[in-house]
Amino acid sequence: MSFDIFKFIVKGLVILILVAILTGVIYWLLRVSQWSWMATYYPLLIKGLWLTLLLWIFSCALGMVFAVPIGLVQVTGPPWAAALAKGFCTVIRGTPLLLQLWLIYYGLGSLFPKIGAVFPEFHKDFMWLIRLDAFWYALLAFTISFAGYEGEIMRGAFLGVPRGELEAARAFGMSPWKVLSRVWFPRAVRLVLPTLAGEVVLQLKSTPLAMTVTVMDLAGVVRNRITQDTYIVYEPLMLLAVIYMCLTFVTVWAFSYIEKKVPQKR
Amino acid sequence: MQHAAVKVDDLNRPVAVQVTDLHKRFGELEVLKGVSLTAREGSVVSMIGASGSGKSTFLRCINFLEMPTQGQIEVTGEKVALTRHKDGDLHPSDRKQLERIRTRLGMVFQSFNLWQHMTVLQNVIEAPVHVLGVPKAEAIERAEKLLHKVGLFEKRDQYPAFLSGGQQQRAAIARALCMEPKVMLFDEPTSALDPELVGEVLKVIRDLADEGRTMILVTHEMKFARSVSSHVIYLYKGVIEEEGPPSQVFGAPVSDRCRQFVSSAHA
Repeated sequence: MSFDIFKFIVKGLVILILVAILTGVIYWLLRVSQWSWMATYYPLLIKGLWLTLLLWIFSCALGMVFAVPIGLVQVTGPPWAAALAKGFCTVIRGTPLLLQLWLIYYGLGSLFPKIGAVFPEFHKDFMWLIRLDAFWYALLAFTISFAGYEGEIMRGAFLGVPRGELEAARAFGMSPWKVLSRVWFPRAVRLVLPTLAGEVVLQLKSTPLAMTVTVMDLAGVVRNRITQDTYIVYEPLMLLAVIYMCLTFVTVWAFSYIEKKVPQKR
Repeated sequence: MQHAAVKVDDLNRPVAVQVTDLHKRFGELEVLKGVSLTAREGSVVSMIGASGSGKSTFLRCINFLEMPTQGQIEVTGEKVALTRHKDGDLHPSDRKQLERIRTRLGMVFQSFNLWQHMTVLQNVIEAPVHVLGVPKAEAIERAEKLLHKVGLFEKRDQYPAFLSGGQQQRAAIARALCMEPKVMLFDEPTSALDPELVGEVLKVIRDLADEGRTMILVTHEMKFARSVSSHVIYLYKGVIEEEGPPSQVFGAPVSDRCRQFVSSAHA
């Protein structure tokens, strides 16, 4: 009996706290928070969102293009190629992405102007390379990083496909390329779809690092423009959180949709 | 060296598969020590023997899933060109020839090996469409007939993981048949099945034998081998210990080992 009363009190308290938080949030949204800056900054925000999407989607797509051979040669390639791929994955996975980004932006980014200073011809012909936007360095860094992580995952995926299914493919006269494109690769990708979904989401949430090298992505616009111009901090950050959450939600939904298309017993 | 004796009644039939003096070595261990086999069109050659006698390895050498260390293989009169590799085994010299030869050999595995990411129908039409270049509509028509035949038409849009072992093996047989192979190779097709599912698979294989299909069958099902084969080979530690028509190998074996093996297997 006394236990029931205790339960009742706990339940009551929890509900009370939730109502209090909700009221607080609604009060903050309606009375305290300021959203007037949206009118001025929304074009910049949209441009930022566009850059974030470009950086995210292209680094994932290009990264996967490299990840597949990186994973494959570790399973079936010649020893030297396997060692090279293994080394690449180890280095990329063993160092912070922020460091890689800075090394590429400040290293590679300052290399071209230096070459230009020594060779005037290079300066003239490769002006575009010297004036290359920070976005491209960020894209390169994020692509390399994604390739490193996914290369390792694809290695496991290729190994995870039962040998017998590959044997069957060969036994029916498939060429090595057919075995790969019709059985080995599609089978491997399906094995790691849930993992890939997580990796793609993680990649999205790594993109704000790009603002440290002057890329005006979504986070860059919020942090380097809006909060600094207006001294309004919480509202833009909240908006940022909501946008990233929506993108994450859409990604997870899309992947689970693809997963459901091929039912697999585990 | 013993050579395959062929049933008198099909001696004028053309040879479908001819294996001559096949050796296979895994490191120090010689699994096959000179095994020969002749399968004429329409004949059913069964290979029996204890586990480890090399019968599965022999079958897998025929379509080069295993590379022989020595020997010669001829499929429908075409000799497979072989080159010795660094690993000491003979590998097919011409990949195109190997792939062409393989399309004539329909392989059925012990563990089915259906492609798990495709439905039953997709499994069956995969190789005809993507290896032989059969138009998809035609392949589907062919596949549906075969699925009818093995009793899986209703399951054509299911994924393999949702089928029983017996159903998977029947699907795998349909998949092999859809290539319209010259010879069917069965590698212990019922060994991975629950006892109550063995019958449905054997029935399908028997129907194929009755149709006059050429088959090479590695099996532990002695009664089945006895009733379906035209020629039986008993393999012992990598050599042919006894071979001949089933009436001889099962009824009046010359070799003591064969008599022992056959009687312990209740054929």
